[in-house]
Amino acid sequence: MTTTATRPADNRRRPFAKNRAATGNRPFNWRRTTAWVLLGVAIAVSVLPFYWVLRTALSTNGSLAANSASLLPADFNLGAFKRVFGLQTAAEAIAEGGSGASINFWQYLWNSLLFSSITTAGAVFFSSMAAYAFARLRWKGRDGVFSLFLGTMLVPPIFTALPNFLLVKNLGLLNSMLGMVLPYLFMTPFAIFFMRQFFLNMSREVEEAAMIDGAKHWRIFFQIVMPNAAAPIATLALLTFMGQWNEYFWPLLVGTTEESRVLTVGLGVFKSQAPQGAPDWSGLMAATLVSATPVLILFAIFGKKIVNSIGFNGSK
Amino acid sequence: MTTLTKQPDPGLSAGGPQKLRKRGKPAADFRGTGDLKTALFFIAPAMLGFVLFYLVPTIRGIYLSFTEYSILGDPEWIGTRNYERIAKDPLFWNALGVTSQYVIINIALQTILALGIALLMHRVAKSTFVRGALLMPYLMANVIAALLWFWMLDYQIGIVNQLIEWLGMPRVAFFGSEQWAIPTQALINTWRHMGYTALLIFAGLQAIPNNVYEAASIDGSKAVSTFWRITLPLLRPVLVLVLVVTVIGSFQVFDTVAVTTAGGPVNATRVLQFYIYQRAFNEQDFGYGSALAVILFLILALVAFIQMKFLRGNQSDLD
Repeated sequence: MTTTATRPADNRRRPFAKNRAATGNRPFNWRRTTAWVLLGVAIAVSVLPFYWVLRTALSTNGSLAANSASLLPADFNLGAFKRVFGLQTAAEAIAEGGSGASINFWQYLWNSLLFSSITTAGAVFFSSMAAYAFARLRWKGRDGVFSLFLGTMLVPPIFTALPNFLLVKNLGLLNSMLGMVLPYLFMTPFAIFFMRQFFLNMSREVEEAAMIDGAKHWRIFFQIVMPNAAAPIATLALLTFMGQWNEYFWPLLVGTTEESRVLTVGLGVFKSQAPQGAPDWSGLMAATLVSATPVLILFAIFGKKIVNSIGFNGSK
Repeated sequence: MTTLTKQPDPGLSAGGPQKLRKRGKPAADFRGTGDLKTALFFIAPAMLGFVLFYLVPTIRGIYLSFTEYSILGDPEWIGTRNYERIAKDPLFWNALGVTSQYVIINIALQTILALGIALLMHRVAKSTFVRGALLMPYLMANVIAALLWFWMLDYQIGIVNQLIEWLGMPRVAFFGSEQWAIPTQALINTWRHMGYTALLIFAGLQAIPNNVYEAASIDGSKAVSTFWRITLPLLRPVLVLVLVVTVIGSFQVFDTVAVTTAGGPVNATRVLQFYIYQRAFNEQDFGYGSALAVILFLILALVAFIQMKFLRGNQSDLD
């Protein structure tokens, strides 16, 4: 009954619905609603946990147990964030359910920022150069070298992590930013693959014109190719940055001191410092939120670019 | 004019330049001899990184797997002894079993859910907003996903156990019980990857031409049989690719385990990569750790090979 009542309104909004109405659109609509509900559940499962993190971070530890299911923060309080940034004294922190151990997320945040920015800048730039050589230059052994580079994508990171750790250790670079960024600085197989695909699909006309005018390859690369590739470079930089921001295993091996830790590693330490029996949940969730914030900001600004890059196969 | 200059354009296909050279007529814009010198300049930094941090470590890793090496001193060649030890190491077999269990649960759940979500999206919602919301968990670090669920699944005051109790069921020790620890890890990673995988499959769905569906509906095909007989077969190349990538990734589970259960309770979540980490870095047994890493590498190569071969991932039925 209700569907009959709303049908005219529906038709006004969607002129095509008339056709369906003639053939009986009730089963179709019913299916559509179910699809929406199911999709809504998937979206809720994906997104709601983030609210729960925020709600917990704004709660006070002592009140969490008694209000474990309240949708709003239990006893609203910013203490957890203060604790994470080392703004509470040990006594204050312990009184609020923290461990009292010194923890400074500003330092970790800074390290993560450095680590991700340096590796992204280096990997994207040098990989673009290599990709240009693979896509545009003609030299003996080009395709063989390219396959070799691509093949490294199949090697599990832990396999190279052990010898790389030994190398960095022998160079005396453990617990230094240089030691952390080195393996990512010069290239990533994915970045080379990504940029090569783009260069291959790029029109050569401008380059050829420049070449006839006598321009050298390095000039063509910096003045024509790179500016024209700004969009894919931005996408690649975003993806690389977020990947590096989330990296855990390598920084865990190489950066273990308070001064060299990145956020992900710091989070793990913060969790393991939790006092026995009653973990500092609000502090932990505040720390988690702090770690997630830069990526969330990037996502808010570049969401469309990021979403559209998924499923990229090089043809677009 | 433009068509004339465009026709011999070697950039249109990868095989172009070679073909042109064979004809002995280098295009006007190229200096026939090749660009090796320039190429060396362009490739030098990447090559340095490749040799230092990929190629040499790969060879060194294989070499170390045949040695006894405890960081101090020099590696000592011991032939295949590490591998013989692995064959008799109950912790290795446990790790392999636990990891396989994890991979099976993770991949089965993730792929089915992702396929479902992709089909739903294909049907009702293609907006960037929906895709963005589904992608959010994937953008978070494994560590963040792990801690988030460590809190939500807490036995005492986690919200999920609250809900379970409201439904009249007994609380579940998600991380604390041997029986639940691995499924819980699989669930966390499923949560993180399901939207991303859905977007990959969704991209594959959009590549299926509409006229195929139209033809099917004219022939009176029902939705269910359209799915089994048209959508799924045409989606196969994408699905295989997604499966290969996710299975390989899944075998290397480490972060979520390291942050939450650290291999426990007992050995319930001592997955392969965590076991390698413990042997190499906690016990300083680099030779043994390297041998374990070689085994993991071989397993991954084998799994990828089998998947590509039996699911014919590199062939499309769309032609």
